[in-house]
Amino acid sequence: MNDNLPEARPGLVQRLWRSVQRDPLSPESDRDRMRLVMNNLILHLHPSKVAARTLRFNYTFGLGGLLALLAVIQVVTGVLLMFAYTPSPDSAYQSMLALQTEVPFGQLIRNLHHWSANLMIVAIVLHLLRVFFTGGFASPRQFNWVLGIILLLLVVGANFTGYLLPWDQLAYWAVTVGSSLIGYIPLAGDAITRLLLGGPEVGAATLTNFYGLHVAVIPLTLFAVMSFHLWRVRKDTLTVPRRADEPGDVPVEKVTTIPHLVSRELIFALVMLALIIAWAVVFNAPLEEAANPDHSPNPAKAAWYFMGLQELLLHFHPTFGAIIIPGLALLGLAALPYLEPDMEAQGIWFRSIQGRWIAGISIVIGVLSAALFVGLDEVLLDLPALLPFLPTVISNGWVPLAGILLFLLAYYEGLYRLGATACEARLAIFTLLLAAFFTFTIIGIFFRGEGMALVMPWSVIP
Amino acid sequence: MTEQSVSRRDVLKLGWGLASAAILGEGLLIGLRFLAPRVGEGEFGSVITAGPTDSFIAGSVTPFNEGRFYLVRLEDGGFLALYRRCTHLGCSVPYDATRGEFVCPCHGSAFSIEGRVLNAPAPRPLDMFPVTVQDGQVFVDTGNPVERDVHEAQSVVYA
Ligand code: HEM
Ligand code: HEM
Ligand code: FES
Repeated sequence: MNDNLPEARPGLVQRLWRSVQRDPLSPESDRDRMRLVMNNLILHLHPSKVAARTLRFNYTFGLGGLLALLAVIQVVTGVLLMFAYTPSPDSAYQSMLALQTEVPFGQLIRNLHHWSANLMIVAIVLHLLRVFFTGGFASPRQFNWVLGIILLLLVVGANFTGYLLPWDQLAYWAVTVGSSLIGYIPLAGDAITRLLLGGPEVGAATLTNFYGLHVAVIPLTLFAVMSFHLWRVRKDTLTVPRRADEPGDVPVEKVTTIPHLVSRELIFALVMLALIIAWAVVFNAPLEEAANPDHSPNPAKAAWYFMGLQELLLHFHPTFGAIIIPGLALLGLAALPYLEPDMEAQGIWFRSIQGRWIAGISIVIGVLSAALFVGLDEVLLDLPALLPFLPTVISNGWVPLAGILLFLLAYYEGLYRLGATACEARLAIFTLLLAAFFTFTIIGIFFRGEGMALVMPWSVIP
Repeated sequence: MTEQSVSRRDVLKLGWGLASAAILGEGLLIGLRFLAPRVGEGEFGSVITAGPTDSFIAGSVTPFNEGRFYLVRLEDGGFLALYRRCTHLGCSVPYDATRGEFVCPCHGSAFSIEGRVLNAPAPRPLDMFPVTVQDGQVFVDTGNPVERDVHEAQSVVYA
């Protein structure tokens, strides 16, 4: 506003508007146009230019963006739910019933919250896989991978704490079983469980604790870590996709973020939002009978995303099934980027052409060996009975774990001898374990019936 | 006197550092104490009067829902109070009278009438509550579950 001519002073409304939006929204000169772009909030989130190739949908599949969208949906629907929900054992279930029958659009809002929470688990695992298989975790993005692991834990934590809130049979027993797992942590287990549950069993104090965690602690932490994660993505830029035979150092074509990236993001978000709402209109979130501490349903299953863990528990001593094996897996996951000091294959799906073969074979071996393990353990292999002189922690813990580690070591060595690079061999181990875990999850969901006996899927699904 | 090896700045830095640590520590302590579970009086956790000894026939299992235990009377007349919480992952274990066993619906653990593990994955027998018999009445102290690695004959209480 330092024009020389004594121009007419802008009116109050105009001045107020300018205090909000400094640059004209319909720019007339190139300079105004440039300023509108450069001063835009969007460029706080995104770099001003991005590599054209990263815009291809079949590289990121929009998964990171989808996760951010889902987090926003959860906050909006979650805050609405808070107005209809009472966190006490006497009234929680009643308020859920009222929500579904009396509150206008109550069922829809609950469905949206429920299905988005589930979709979040699917999307976060797929995002992790995308990043892993394109080598997106290697230097300099190592720490951002670790932040991702923290996000993964927070999303699982949000799901676990939210699961209890409806206070139906499903909620009560899934949380009873889930929190008993924590009790197997050596030394501190009992103290932690008591603090979390606010007493010896799941009860009124547990509901208060979980509510506080669910609506305040976890969302605030999630958004803080998410901001950090997105900021690192902006600073490090995305890995650039390339074919397996392309060298990594060719110059990449860049395009401006506005409009090329933001328009794609907007359209993708709109399409996903429409799909999620359509799904939530058609499918209702389940609600069983009110929680009854006297009666565990049969079978009492955890939430579907814990089925892999539950399957482990059927085969291992709880200290191993609940603590040592998942702990090692998580630690390995977090340490992964630090084991690959410099990855030359960033941006190439599965590292190389050979890597694609190796990944495929590892999936097959992982699925078959997991299924075989479950089958064998069911009919033949009763280690505690075979080794009656050992405590079950050893016979049903250290012994099978050692067997599995030996198997993995042999697989790694075998691939290495056959000419795989160390990088591809690590890819193979990761893929095999993952395939095995997915197989466990599928078995847990579809093949476990009453008393957790192995049955055919058609007798599990009601 | 040697050189002043510690400058005023260092002392101040140390002071501020200690003060910050103290504040953090206090905050943590207050937070933990604030969040610590409070034990409610009465209900589950008190001593429960189960009833006169002769109202429990030999070889019977009587559930006490509010006390969360089963009062077991063995064939030889001995009493045991078993916490109904599965030692595997905490499900409520029902008594299967036809099999004469406790069978957990969650992951299929089975326990004998004394609480011994008949079928994994449960890692130890059902926990017990101390039983006392006084003036022909059975009392069960639900405040102190007793964990055990094996069932021992001397934990059975006789009238
Ligand atoms: C709420 C959860 C998460 C959100 C909102 C999120 C968001 C994003 C976004 C928007 C991107 C940009 C590109 C893309 O969409 O792929 C990204 C990249 C990335 N994410 Fe996530 N993410 C989340 C969870 C995770 C997890 C669980 C991991 C791994 C364990 C992870 C690791 C990474 C890494 C390493 C990159 C950079 C990849 C590259 O440069 O190719 N993120 N994230
Ligand atoms: C990552 C974010 C979140 C996830 C994964 C998540 C997950 C869940 C899940 C799985 C449930 C149980 C829903 C059901 O089956 O009925 C739930 C319930 C609930 N959530 Fe969230 N939530 C998230 C964020 C929030 C936020 C930010 C709030 C509020 C500030 C919130 C408030 C609630 C309330 C009040 C309920 C109880 C009502 C109900 O069960 O439908 N949630 N949440
Ligand atoms: S809780 Fe009883 S067998 Fe797992």
